[in-house]
Amino acid sequence: MAIIEQTGTDVTAAPPSPPEQGHGHGGHGGPGPSAALTNPKLAMWLFLASDCLFFGAFISAYLLYRGREQDGPTPRELFDIPFTSATSFILLMSSLGMVLALAAIQRGDHRRFRLWIMATALFGATFVAGQIFEFTEFYRKGLSLDTNLFGSSFFVLTGFHGAHVCMGILWLLSLWGMSMQGRLGPEKAESVEIAGLYWHFVDVVWIVIFTVIYLMPQPGT
Amino acid sequence: MTTVEKAPPVSRRDVGLLRRPRATTGFASWITTVDHKKIGILYVCTALVFFVLGGVEALLIRLQLFGPNGTVLTAGQYNQMFTMHGTTMVFLVGMPIAIGLGNYFVPLQIGARDVAFPRINMFGYWVVLLGGIFMYSSFFLGGAPDGGWFGYTPLTSAPLDSGFLPGRGPDFWTMGLILLGIGSTTSAINFIVTCINMRCPGMSLLRMPVFTWMMLVIAFLTLFAIPPVTVALTMVFFDRNFGTLFFDPAAGGDPLLYQHLFWIFGHPEVYILILPGMGIVSETLPVFSRKPLFGYAIVVFSGIAIGFLGWGVWAHHMFVTGLGPVAISAFGLATMLIAIPTGVKIFNWLGTVWGGSVRLTTSMLFSLGFIAMFTIGGLSGVMHSVVPADTQQTDTYFVVAHFHYVLFGGLILALFAGFYYWYPKVFGRMLDERMGKLNFWTMFIGFNLTFAPMHLLGLWGQPRRTYRYDEGLGWEALNQLVTVGSFIIAFSVLVFIVNAVVSKSRGKVAGDDPWDGRTLEWSISSPPPEYNFAEIPEVHSRDDFWHRKYTEDDEGRLVPLPSGGAEAHAAAGHDGHGIHLPSPSYFPLVTALGLPILGYAAVFQNVWLALLGAVVLLYGIYAWAIEPAD
Ligand code: HEM
Ligand SMILES: [Cu+2]
Repeated sequence: MAIIEQTGTDVTAAPPSPPEQGHGHGGHGGPGPSAALTNPKLAMWLFLASDCLFFGAFISAYLLYRGREQDGPTPRELFDIPFTSATSFILLMSSLGMVLALAAIQRGDHRRFRLWIMATALFGATFVAGQIFEFTEFYRKGLSLDTNLFGSSFFVLTGFHGAHVCMGILWLLSLWGMSMQGRLGPEKAESVEIAGLYWHFVDVVWIVIFTVIYLMPQPGT
Repeated sequence: MTTVEKAPPVSRRDVGLLRRPRATTGFASWITTVDHKKIGILYVCTALVFFVLGGVEALLIRLQLFGPNGTVLTAGQYNQMFTMHGTTMVFLVGMPIAIGLGNYFVPLQIGARDVAFPRINMFGYWVVLLGGIFMYSSFFLGGAPDGGWFGYTPLTSAPLDSGFLPGRGPDFWTMGLILLGIGSTTSAINFIVTCINMRCPGMSLLRMPVFTWMMLVIAFLTLFAIPPVTVALTMVFFDRNFGTLFFDPAAGGDPLLYQHLFWIFGHPEVYILILPGMGIVSETLPVFSRKPLFGYAIVVFSGIAIGFLGWGVWAHHMFVTGLGPVAISAFGLATMLIAIPTGVKIFNWLGTVWGGSVRLTTSMLFSLGFIAMFTIGGLSGVMHSVVPADTQQTDTYFVVAHFHYVLFGGLILALFAGFYYWYPKVFGRMLDERMGKLNFWTMFIGFNLTFAPMHLLGLWGQPRRTYRYDEGLGWEALNQLVTVGSFIIAFSVLVFIVNAVVSKSRGKVAGDDPWDGRTLEWSISSPPPEYNFAEIPEVHSRDDFWHRKYTEDDEGRLVPLPSGGAEAHAAAGHDGHGIHLPSPSYFPLVTALGLPILGYAAVFQNVWLALLGAVVLLYGIYAWAIEPAD
């Protein structure tokens, strides 16, 4: 988890200004280096690539253990697909809010930026609330980490995803706060873009997880 | 720094929550530095301390095995020793030394003034140091890790109250490795961005020195290898502490899943360890043979090929787990394939030395030693890829011999070649060559006395990770020889440490370019100024610095260029006034401090500690975020 916080924050911290001022690298941008992506953006992409494997490994474990639960409730008895679809839809919509927030800050429109970034964070929070509700529901019906393999792999995979979302919400709220304090000038638009990369990534990962856990036909059906 | 910068407006500087550090010398400057050179030195020195610790553990192992039925260590202590020895050597010695050398020399070799993210760089160092201290603190907090360096499940994942591996050791191990993984991921990202975005004009990818290239390759390997093992370790931790059933066969869990996840990381990891060594000798061999590297592009591309193929061979660590004939044949074949790019490199190095005017400096001796010993280790590696043979060799001392030939004979010898080669650049003085020769020969002889007999012991059946053996199995004499050899290695390391300490103040003054070098780091003063390059260089060819010094006449003989050389270049530069460098910062340390606190919280399941850790971490991150980057 801390990996995320770490890279995430430094991206906000490192200035999006061109490297020659940012870190004192004069003479940059000659024929050698490709300036296709600025340092912070490239770093974010690399981190996300790495994070793909993090979720990939958890998802593989989940797939491997599908249908192996020996006792306790099974997915079919627990899932409330319409409910989870609704919260998933809300999470997807938050990506739209992120796009609008970025567009606003790039225009220098702080009022709209704050509106949309707050909306995005609230949508994310709604999703997390839905997840907490779902977890307690499952727990009430007798599923916990140590009930069966489904419990172990379900809670750990979706739990780590939820933690990613929470981290993103914190990040978005920090951007909102910076904008309130007037610390988010137009030169910082890139840090919003980078937060956006992270946010969209977490959304896309959820689409995969949702498909794998809820939509794929359950074994034995 | 302070001399370089004009006094900035105070309001902007002191935005952070702590006063911005300003010291450029003394203790404080080392704590807050963001200079890639200082960070490089910190990495290497820290790793050398861990090298001594890991070495002491190895010596204890060898004392225990000196004779049959040894009584130096109990079975439990022995398990802790080999686990901590292996873990230390891989994660706290091999990786940090390579990262340290890379830190120092990658920016110099590509003509940059620093890495892309100086503060993240320092954060990575703190995580390694604190992660190492965290793991070693387990000795005082109820017992060190004792499940082996790859911590197989279900041994390590069985719940704490099950009685397997009592004590907190395995929890320290999983948490410690997760911490170290965070550190290496951040430095990997930093290296990649630096190599891609910070090269000086003219430094196209195919002009990058091979050492830098190999650091780039291992950065990619690190980036993708750490997540699977992080996941595996997380599952182990949850199984042990929170009752999940991932690796519990009774509940349908699959211990082999752990092995797959671990070795998907573990095999690339061994390339993470060896590729920097290959990079180092690809620097030293051309310099000490006065010839360009033979087949530069081929060396680079085989490095990349090794990096790619390394992802497809992990199951050769699992030949005896019953994967089935198809799988093991495929993995056996893939493993044999890796021998091709590796062999290609060996021939390229030989081709570099062949016909050159060879100078047998200590660095060169270590480099040649590397080629020979690594080749032996590589050959016994190919033997492992033959599955029926491996079935006999696995878990015997033959395997121990094999991986020490590649890790010690390969990596460590190459690192020493690098130490002797680059020390003059870092400290401005030469390491003593006479002590160096002593260092090399004792290490070379001690190394072979220690590890060559292990091949035989293994083939005769001595199992690894076993704390004693019976009399009359015919293993006594060779085990004694091995132990003697290991103490010769210890002596050799001592010689090096003395040499390094003494030479720092009394060594021969090095000058900018003592070896007649080929790459950019030799074009600046020794030690380099804080800003590295007064003017960002512009390169026109591979080995550009060499071509600034020499040209060839019609018959291909080298002719020195009158105007070339370091002096001319340095004189052309200015005194560095007005070069803006990133400012030091406390927050990498503060942020990194949060991680081991969270680690202790997890190990002892203490909510208050967890809160404290989270607060420290968040404070560090926020303070970092609002502190201006430069
Ligand atoms: C001072 C020189 C060294 C000596 C005398 C030494 C000795 C040994 C011995 C005897 C073992 C086997 C213990 C057993 O199976 O019971 C061992 C294991 C190991 N060594 Fe070393 N070693 C040395 C240096 C290194 C270096 C430089 C590295 C890596 C960079 C390394 C990596 C390992 C690893 C990974 C293991 C496996 C640990 C395990 O089984 O979990 N060693 N060493
Ligand atoms: Cu391997």
